[in-house]
Amino acid sequence: MTQAALYSLVAGGLAGIAVYGLITCTHLLRRILALNLLGSAVFLLLVALARRGPQAVDPLPHAMVLTGIVIAVSATAFALALARRYHGRTGAERLPEDGA
Amino acid sequence: MSALLYAYLPLGALATAVVTAAAIFALGDARRRQRTFWNLFGATAKLLMVAAMVGGVLEGHTFAVAWPALPGVELRLAADPLALLFAMLSSVLWLVTTVYAIAYLEHSGQRARFFGFFSLCVAATFGIALAGNAFTFLLFYEMLTLATYPLVVHRGHPAALAAGRLYLAHTLGGGAALLAGTVALYAAVGEQPFTAGGIPAVALWAEQAPAAATAVLVLLLAGVAVKAALFPLQGWLPAAMVAPAPVSALLHAVAVVKAGAFGVVRIIEDVYGYPLAAELGVTPALAGLAAVTVVYGSVRALAQVDLKRRLAFSTVSQVSFISLGVALGGPLALIGGLAHLVHQGVMKITLFFCAGNYAETLGIHRIDALNGVGRRMPATSAAFTVAALGMIGLPPLAGFISKWYLGIGALAQGQAWVVGVLAASTLLNAAYFLPVLRRIWLLPPPAAGFPGAGGAEAHRGLLIPALLTAAAVLLAGLLAATAFSPLGWAERIVERGYPGL
Amino acid sequence: MVGALSLPLAFFLPLLTALAVFLLRARRAPWLPLLGGAATAAAVADLIGQVAREGPQVYHLGGWAPPLGIELYADGLAALMLGMGALVALAVTAYSGAYLRGQGHDAELFWPLWLVQWAALNGAFLAADLFNLYVMLELLTLTAAPLVAMGGERAALAAALRYLLLALLGSLVYLLGVALIYGATGTLHLREAGALLGDGPAAALAAGLISAGLLVKAAVFPLHIWLMPAHSAAPAPASAALSALVAKAGAYLLLRLWLWTFPALLSVPLGWLLGGLGAAGVVYGSLQALRQTRLKPVIAYSTVAQLGYLLLLLPLATVAGAAPHAWQGAAYHALAHGLAKAAAFLAAGNVLYSLGHDRLAGLHGLTPYLSGSVLALGLAFASLMGLPPTAGFLAKWELLRGALGGGQWGWAAVIVGGGLLTAGYAFRVLAAAHAASPPGYSEIRPPRRVPPVMAWTPLLLALALYLLGLSAVPALGLLEQGAPEGLG
Repeated sequence: MTQAALYSLVAGGLAGIAVYGLITCTHLLRRILALNLLGSAVFLLLVALARRGPQAVDPLPHAMVLTGIVIAVSATAFALALARRYHGRTGAERLPEDGA
Repeated sequence: MSALLYAYLPLGALATAVVTAAAIFALGDARRRQRTFWNLFGATAKLLMVAAMVGGVLEGHTFAVAWPALPGVELRLAADPLALLFAMLSSVLWLVTTVYAIAYLEHSGQRARFFGFFSLCVAATFGIALAGNAFTFLLFYEMLTLATYPLVVHRGHPAALAAGRLYLAHTLGGGAALLAGTVALYAAVGEQPFTAGGIPAVALWAEQAPAAATAVLVLLLAGVAVKAALFPLQGWLPAAMVAPAPVSALLHAVAVVKAGAFGVVRIIEDVYGYPLAAELGVTPALAGLAAVTVVYGSVRALAQVDLKRRLAFSTVSQVSFISLGVALGGPLALIGGLAHLVHQGVMKITLFFCAGNYAETLGIHRIDALNGVGRRMPATSAAFTVAALGMIGLPPLAGFISKWYLGIGALAQGQAWVVGVLAASTLLNAAYFLPVLRRIWLLPPPAAGFPGAGGAEAHRGLLIPALLTAAAVLLAGLLAATAFSPLGWAERIVERGYPGL
Repeated sequence: MVGALSLPLAFFLPLLTALAVFLLRARRAPWLPLLGGAATAAAVADLIGQVAREGPQVYHLGGWAPPLGIELYADGLAALMLGMGALVALAVTAYSGAYLRGQGHDAELFWPLWLVQWAALNGAFLAADLFNLYVMLELLTLTAAPLVAMGGERAALAAALRYLLLALLGSLVYLLGVALIYGATGTLHLREAGALLGDGPAAALAAGLISAGLLVKAAVFPLHIWLMPAHSAAPAPASAALSALVAKAGAYLLLRLWLWTFPALLSVPLGWLLGGLGAAGVVYGSLQALRQTRLKPVIAYSTVAQLGYLLLLLPLATVAGAAPHAWQGAAYHALAHGLAKAAAFLAAGNVLYSLGHDRLAGLHGLTPYLSGSVLALGLAFASLMGLPPTAGFLAKWELLRGALGGGQWGWAAVIVGGGLLTAGYAFRVLAAAHAASPPGYSEIRPPRRVPPVMAWTPLLLALALYLLGLSAVPALGLLEQGAPEGLG
């Protein structure tokens, strides 16, 4: 098994765990964490794909991952802030449809 | 007049009504005088433009404007004699109805909304008249639905809203059928202007795919049959009676039912052509349906105690004469049907004006409350009488002329059963109108007086329109032999347009 | 005339305006958003002219060509969407100042968010590579969710959170698909990737992931659940932008990617699947709209239904006789729906502003302050129903002509039936507005006068639909520029 394939498999496994978590966990914090995990899975896949040969590394996926990380950080920050505001206003940790 | 001016007359006449509507909306409820000015100015200007077009057509000009609305689909306005028959009817009656409506509604709420949509309604009717192809016809036909809805629900009470729902359920359903039919027609033959005697490409298509052509024809006719109130699609019309009297007058005489009947004429004569429609087996069915509607409407009218409802069922019956005339084929029946397009309009608008006058002046809605009303309101009652006798078909009034032509037209086509239908209709008409006339003129007024506390006669803004249209009922009959009578014009349409019949 | 620069300016001008408003504060420069908006609209108009005259326009940011640089690409479809976006965005910008003041929303928060959203929107229409699109999609999400939360109530916060979580999931699933495409082809360019991708299993997986992500963004049934709460809780001008533009961008990208990047994968069954989802949305959204008791939820569910029509293009694009008409109809529908939906939401905002609520049962006997808004609502609904003479009618005609011309009776039934369902909920609202007040009825609080700019904006937007209803030929001519093969 090549290194790239191994990384890709791990990325796939992570993505599966993340989606499972998103579906089964209703706590907002866990859901935000699950989204982060999914992001990491995608980034891992991109990094794995960047390796084009023993010595050749494609820089473009790295740039994409960097951009993606910036977006993921801001999105997480905003989601946390929103969840806090929601918690502050309602005292709930879950969305109404999920039994808050 | 220059050729360019002629080309833009149809557009100008259409724009007049639209601009009037926009101005009235912008003025708001409070500015009564300006609104009245716009109302009368718009109606008069449009009438003059239509009259100029009639003059132009007599001189042999053709009016047409077209621009592409979609790739390969034109928005086309064209003034052929048939278009002008309907356009003239709508323009004249718009002016009269505007005068009446101003007097009738000037003290109720939401006048800007009412008169704005009233104008849009007439713009749509004018567009239907001058539509030069099926796309344009559909466009204005659907626009009419939208413009009439606020008029039907004008009073805003639950009965009005329920009537509005019923109206929409029928007309939007019909509109959907017409849309599907028109699009299918375009998909099959592409952009084709209305052609007197039938579009050649449609004939060609019908040869190759008769089943599809028949299906499309049925869809198209089903679409217009709703507004024409052909049985069993007539349910909305009596319900829409809750609207104010000028709206009923407009709906029944000019705009909605006439748009449907006019659509039947256009589709049969100018899209498929009568011979093709007959060959596809559609016209016999249409004639049967129209005959059923004629009898059904009259029978239902007998049982009504509300005056406007009786008039509504009478409309169901009378408008079907137009479809009957078209469906029978032959020049005489078609002339009768086309003349009836105008005659029924003038007669029915008079009746609704008078019903409105009774309601507005004396608070009378029910037929059994009309006893002795002729002594209190002789002028209104005289107008009512002329129109009612015209409906029955008493010579020399307008209704007689149409029925005569329909009758001899049917005999010429070897359809003697139609004469039976006409006779039955005349008897039924007499049965539901004569008792009303008897109450008005012969029975004594109630001892306790009339419910409303109005003056002796209706307000002159209400009376004059009714008298004018009643006079038109008389004149259309008396002067039927002249070239400019509705009959004369109908003969002209048939002679020029349908020599093949 | 700014020549080739109008293409990047369409993206950067709103972004710069957002920055300027953020630094200067909207309080001190209340004219700034409208000025920036007008400049953006001018750049867009110039770009539309260029596309119409010279065909598709390409611009490489900073002179760097792909794969390292970023390419902006404007063809006829993008130009049409940019133009629609500019009209709606100008209306939203003109409307918002008075609305935010009157309803006590924080304008300093609103303006930068909204202007960045406009930039992101233009960016999404113009992006030529898949990753750039991901960035724009995230920007749209990260500006849209706080706009929803600005509604302030508990329901608004919950709706914003739900929307954010689902939209982020959608973006990441989309990015997963992009990563697969890059791995398979080594390029991110929309058309180049399409040419290299073929129709193997990797391509299918990538297309599936990307579509799943975009189906969330476009609120396609059954992934629509976030839309109604979010779009009805947001402040009215934000609702207008979200429904008319942001959700539309999702549907736009779905169509663009299927027609430009994955045309080889678009088989008949797949087209039927995606079109079927769209049709389900048409029916489900309309039925839900019929059941709502408040005005904004009706309009929001109407978005679910109307976006469904766009997906009908995919099955029709696989039928030779149907494709060109359906393509034109879908594009014109996107345009007409944008204007109509924005007009409807802004008019609903006026109702809220004036009455303090938008319950249908309380709309009866609407005050004279609202007659223009009700007219705008009615005119906009007429276009949504596809009644003439509106742009919506011409769009429906073309879609229907495609379906009937290609012998696709099922899709034709959806188009005609959807129009009738739309009429059902539209006239429910209009009937309520026409109803007379019950005797003895008086408002709990007296209706408030709507400022002229708020009264006129929805009306003008609605009237634009009638102008566009007179002829679709100029817009459809523009659409020809760079149209995919078999559709133009």
